[in-house]
Amino acid sequence: MRQMIGPFLALLKRDLLLAFRHRGELANPLLFFLIVVTLYPLGVSPEEALLRKIAPGVIWIAALLAALYSLENMFRSDFDDGSLEQMALSPYPLSLLVLAKVLAHWLVSGLPMLLLAPLLALFLAMPTPALTVLELTLLIGTPLLSLIGSIGVALTVGLRRGGILLTLLVLPLYIPVLIFATNAVSAAAAGMAVTGQLYFLAAMLVLALTLVPLATAAALRISLS
Amino acid sequence: MNDPEPTLQARGLECVRSDSLLFSDLNLSVRAGQVLQIEGPNGSGKTSLLRILAGLTPPSDGEVLWRGENIARRRSAFLSEVAYLGHQLGLKAELSVEENLRLSLALNGLSFSHESLAEALRTVGLTGREDTPARALSAGQRQRIALARLIMSSAKLWILDEPFTALDVGGVSLVETLLEAHLSCGGLAVLTSHQTVRIDRRLVKLPLA
Repeated sequence: MRQMIGPFLALLKRDLLLAFRHRGELANPLLFFLIVVTLYPLGVSPEEALLRKIAPGVIWIAALLAALYSLENMFRSDFDDGSLEQMALSPYPLSLLVLAKVLAHWLVSGLPMLLLAPLLALFLAMPTPALTVLELTLLIGTPLLSLIGSIGVALTVGLRRGGILLTLLVLPLYIPVLIFATNAVSAAAAGMAVTGQLYFLAAMLVLALTLVPLATAAALRISLS
Repeated sequence: MNDPEPTLQARGLECVRSDSLLFSDLNLSVRAGQVLQIEGPNGSGKTSLLRILAGLTPPSDGEVLWRGENIARRRSAFLSEVAYLGHQLGLKAELSVEENLRLSLALNGLSFSHESLAEALRTVGLTGREDTPARALSAGQRQRIALARLIMSSAKLWILDEPFTALDVGGVSLVETLLEAHLSCGGLAVLTSHQTVRIDRRLVKLPLA
């Protein structure tokens, strides 16, 4: 076990370092998230009651699209420069290395959204109890988006124009996350219990954490062969 | 170690790429101290064969044996003894020479000292370039980083796809010296090259039709 931590941390550190050196590119999905949400009051209506009503959906849809937008880079450059080949040739399980890459992806794309969301929720006049639940759903939901997305990216990374296929593959799997998350936030805003939805999201996260690295590793091997 | 002798064997290999048969019923055997040079015109399946031998691509038929055992069955044990140098070098353009090396060593679970790293870089002639990002280097210099990785890898089996590409005269003789040293330590190598490889030891040639 101790041995396995070494390559995991080395890859995580490398991806974060690369992200830091490319920070301009990385800001794009985050900026997208910010812009979509802030455009709603301008484009739809500044009326507080309406904004409060649509806020959970707006924030979650923007987060989902931003995650989708950031996915494609997850394995692209590693595939192009042969780093992925070298990872596949490492004596350590590829699924472990995949998990490091997904974690790095979440840290640079999901976590910033999590930090930005309370501010945006205030823009949209979201009540405080709902805000806590929004953060919770994002905390459970955004890693799920990165994990599920990694399967799609792994399958399409060998294709030159895999972008549309990736969206078609991944979006249906994102829908349950969106439904449970927005439902939880809306319920919290209405003062109802949300434990059911949160448990369901957490169960999906646990399932994804155990199965996705294996599926993604298998898909990467297919893309490499 | 009571493992059997390090030998790489292939039995009845067949490779089909995009519906065309590249080769079939291919048999080969490489023992410690030997180099196998795969020859053939462009598109004859040299790279495909190397990728099969490295376990990156499963063959359409047949099997590859390392120390007498199928590599697909003992993947991790096999991979810890292989170093593969492909067309894509697996270097990150944004990372420095040293960062690139450190990372690939960590991915293979190899421990190293600062001295051994400096020594490998000196051998390939990259001393003083430790902190240069790989993107700022020439193709030949990048190839030399990959060679440094090879030196430090401690792998028994080297699989080299066109290792002389982009290298100058000094670089070519460096690869030959490295191969010599590797073979005399009981290693084995499989490579493709259009060049004549000047090696005193036993060089086996395998022509692909």
